[in-house]
Amino acid sequence: MLQRNIPLFIVLFTALLLIVAFFIPHKPFGNLESRFLNWYAIISGFTFLLGLDSLTRHHLLKVIRREKGWFYSLLLVLSLFATLGLGLYSWVKFSSPFALRAPFMWLYKYMIIPLQATMFATLAFFIFSAAYRAFRIRNLAATLLLIAACLVMLGNVPLGSSIWQSISRFVHLLFPNADLNALYRIELFAQIKDWLMAIPQAAAGRGIGIGLALGGIAMSLRIILGIERTYLSS
Amino acid sequence: MKLWERLATIDRRIIYAILTLIVILPLIIKPKIAVRISEPVRAAYNAIEQLPPNSVVMISIDFDPSSAPEVQPMLIALLRHCFRKNIRVILTGQLALGLPLGEIALNQVAPEYQKVYGKDYVNIGYRPGYAAMMVGIGREIRDFFKTDYRGIPLDSFEFMRNVHNYHDIALLVSLAHGAVADAWIQYAGARFKEKIIVGCTGVNAPGMFQYYSAHQIEGIIGGLQGASEYETLVEKPGSATLGMPAQSAAHGLLILLLIIGNIGFLLSRKKKR
Amino acid sequence: MLHLFLTLFALTPPASVLVKDNPNDQGQAIVITWTHPAPESILGFRIFRSTSPTENFSPVDAELLNRTDYLDTDTLLRDGVAYYYLVRAYSATDSADSDIAGPVTSRAQWFNTGRLNVLILTLIISALFLYYIIRARRGIRMFIRKISGLDAIDDALGRATEMGKPILFSFGLGYITDMVVIAALPLLRRIGKKSAEYAVRLIVPNSDPIVMTAAQETVKEAYTEAGRPDLYNPDNITFLTSDQFGYAAGVDGIILRERPGAIFWLGYFYAESLILAETGHTVGAIQLAGTTETTQLPFFVAACDYTMIGEEIYAASCYLKPEPVMLGTIKGEDFIKMVLIVIISALVFFGTIAALFNKQVPTLQQVFEAIVNWFAPPS
Repeated sequence: MLQRNIPLFIVLFTALLLIVAFFIPHKPFGNLESRFLNWYAIISGFTFLLGLDSLTRHHLLKVIRREKGWFYSLLLVLSLFATLGLGLYSWVKFSSPFALRAPFMWLYKYMIIPLQATMFATLAFFIFSAAYRAFRIRNLAATLLLIAACLVMLGNVPLGSSIWQSISRFVHLLFPNADLNALYRIELFAQIKDWLMAIPQAAAGRGIGIGLALGGIAMSLRIILGIERTYLSS
Repeated sequence: MKLWERLATIDRRIIYAILTLIVILPLIIKPKIAVRISEPVRAAYNAIEQLPPNSVVMISIDFDPSSAPEVQPMLIALLRHCFRKNIRVILTGQLALGLPLGEIALNQVAPEYQKVYGKDYVNIGYRPGYAAMMVGIGREIRDFFKTDYRGIPLDSFEFMRNVHNYHDIALLVSLAHGAVADAWIQYAGARFKEKIIVGCTGVNAPGMFQYYSAHQIEGIIGGLQGASEYETLVEKPGSATLGMPAQSAAHGLLILLLIIGNIGFLLSRKKKR
Repeated sequence: MLHLFLTLFALTPPASVLVKDNPNDQGQAIVITWTHPAPESILGFRIFRSTSPTENFSPVDAELLNRTDYLDTDTLLRDGVAYYYLVRAYSATDSADSDIAGPVTSRAQWFNTGRLNVLILTLIISALFLYYIIRARRGIRMFIRKISGLDAIDDALGRATEMGKPILFSFGLGYITDMVVIAALPLLRRIGKKSAEYAVRLIVPNSDPIVMTAAQETVKEAYTEAGRPDLYNPDNITFLTSDQFGYAAGVDGIILRERPGAIFWLGYFYAESLILAETGHTVGAIQLAGTTETTQLPFFVAACDYTMIGEEIYAASCYLKPEPVMLGTIKGEDFIKMVLIVIISALVFFGTIAALFNKQVPTLQQVFEAIVNWFAPPS
């Protein structure tokens, strides 16, 4: 009982303290939030040792037990410590691992940047396959979604402008009285895209945002008041 | 399998192969296309354009190498804009792995405008725990950054002696690929009325429009398109503008695929009925 | 003659120098404002401070200021001490002092008046929540709508068991401070319990060490609860990396090697969401997602079988354990949402009327702006 009530009391006390401190600038309340955030930063910094422990233990065991793929685990552990070593060396020698001439920067420029950028770039491929599979006009809503998506895509790149210019020229051909430059300036796709982003998209986003904020308050109150205990061990 | 059924079920590997080609070709041929400036990017540009010379702008590198192809061109264009207008730049970053990108950009752009470290710009580096720092700068930047990223005291840089808190920073630029921009808006913007512009990846740009239309941020530079617009505004086309034809082609291809897929889908559904 | 010349062309000093304690802070800050003696060619201003009204003025800051306000937060400032200020304007050749302003003392405040609106709203919202919690305690029955994403959990687990495949659960890049991670923990517990009952392997790769520890605890307890503590293996709940795309690459690798039958994406996801979910789709897993990161929702909707949108995931623990008190908070949430809809609609209506009749009745517009400004973020 005590084991459970003490954490609940700490939660209640800390939460109330921080809420009260939000409204009181006077010491010691004024910098309480900042202080707590600092503590969190320090604690979370140390927990990376936990992560390091979990990662190396998991992979070293794999290597020792010669499990399937043990070689990759070995590679992982080696590169982990090589990076750490290179970083420390650069820090000592160049006063910052990220000094432009430091060997760590070489690792950064020629390994981390291309690797990370490549992973992010695979997103483009996945968007293509997911969109191709999912954007089917099954009903009216899906049709509207598809049309909106196409208009935003067109409006977002110069291709939309080129298509609009072609349409303008065609209209000009049909109605020679129409002012071609004025037609160009309408930039229909870009206009529609701007409108879709600024009005319906932002409105829906705000709706979800308000819901999230209220859900967050409800969840916080449940935690503060000790109603929600599912995150605690029993 | 009938033709229309095939249209509805193109293997993803074929799609990936076509996409690869469509993206690579324009990068090799390098066709020139005009870039239209959208309103949020122009607003961001104007926010800097209106600053008097010697104002201080803080640029926060809140992205890492993964988003560098999209966001780094924004950083370079923004630095060019600031330096051209003799605006001083404080560079910081909330992602340890992102900060070197700032250093790389500074080393590229500063010599173009004969700007000197410490006199025209500083790089104050990274401190873990960004929420605490964002709240803390509201009072005194030195509570978190006593030195620059190499350990040189901030007060040894002449212009930094006048910079204490948001009051002394005319504009904040968050170049972000995640929630850090939202944190800047919540802490620096909402609490300390700091003017903010956000540069972010295309994926995150929609989320920024809510802040923009509520006047919580001054402008948005969104994705590669936004970056190319900013490059156009500072009249120095770079890698973003170079990437525009490829992005255009990719968007075109996706629209085409969606049309083909749906034709196949509709035809096969009709047959089933 | 020379004297006359100098007075004619001498620099006009900065005027109306005002000094006051910086409001709503913890002291040791004084605001100084002045007016620019335009249109003279002034290079900048400098602030001087002293504890005496006549002498010993020393500069507060190093460089010339190019604006007409300054917040003095010098660490040497002491609360309760009277200070005097003067502002000196500089041109290329000359300088001119303003009148001395002061005395002024800095003070710490006990209430931040700028946050009064937040206090009022917090009190109202909390009171409404408490009202509904108390009502629920009294035993009034409450209804919670179906959340198909949550109903699908058992199906997904069942199918993974039938296929003899493991289950994968990911909090994404969430930290333990993210509410969505705390909301997802009970779901992990539920999934853990079922996976112990069906004796299927549950893999949880993590991007944050604290979340990893919490996940290990949760799963361990779930296994014990299901009576199978022997099945628990901490090697299945590991730390990968806190790097966004490193994590995505790692989890993708796990998916392709282990080919899970069911995948749960419940937590905080950024641009990696689709990379993960699409890979999950290629191995034919049933996928269930829930995140509060709205920009990623479209990706999950496109690639997953079920997606919990917005606050649905916050409601998960109430849904799984529909105790009246828990449901009371959901009811309160709904009521406040309704109140907000009414307020927003009314304001939009009022604002439109005010804008339409701005010329005839300008007060309407003023009242509208006053209301809107009252809701402005606090400082």
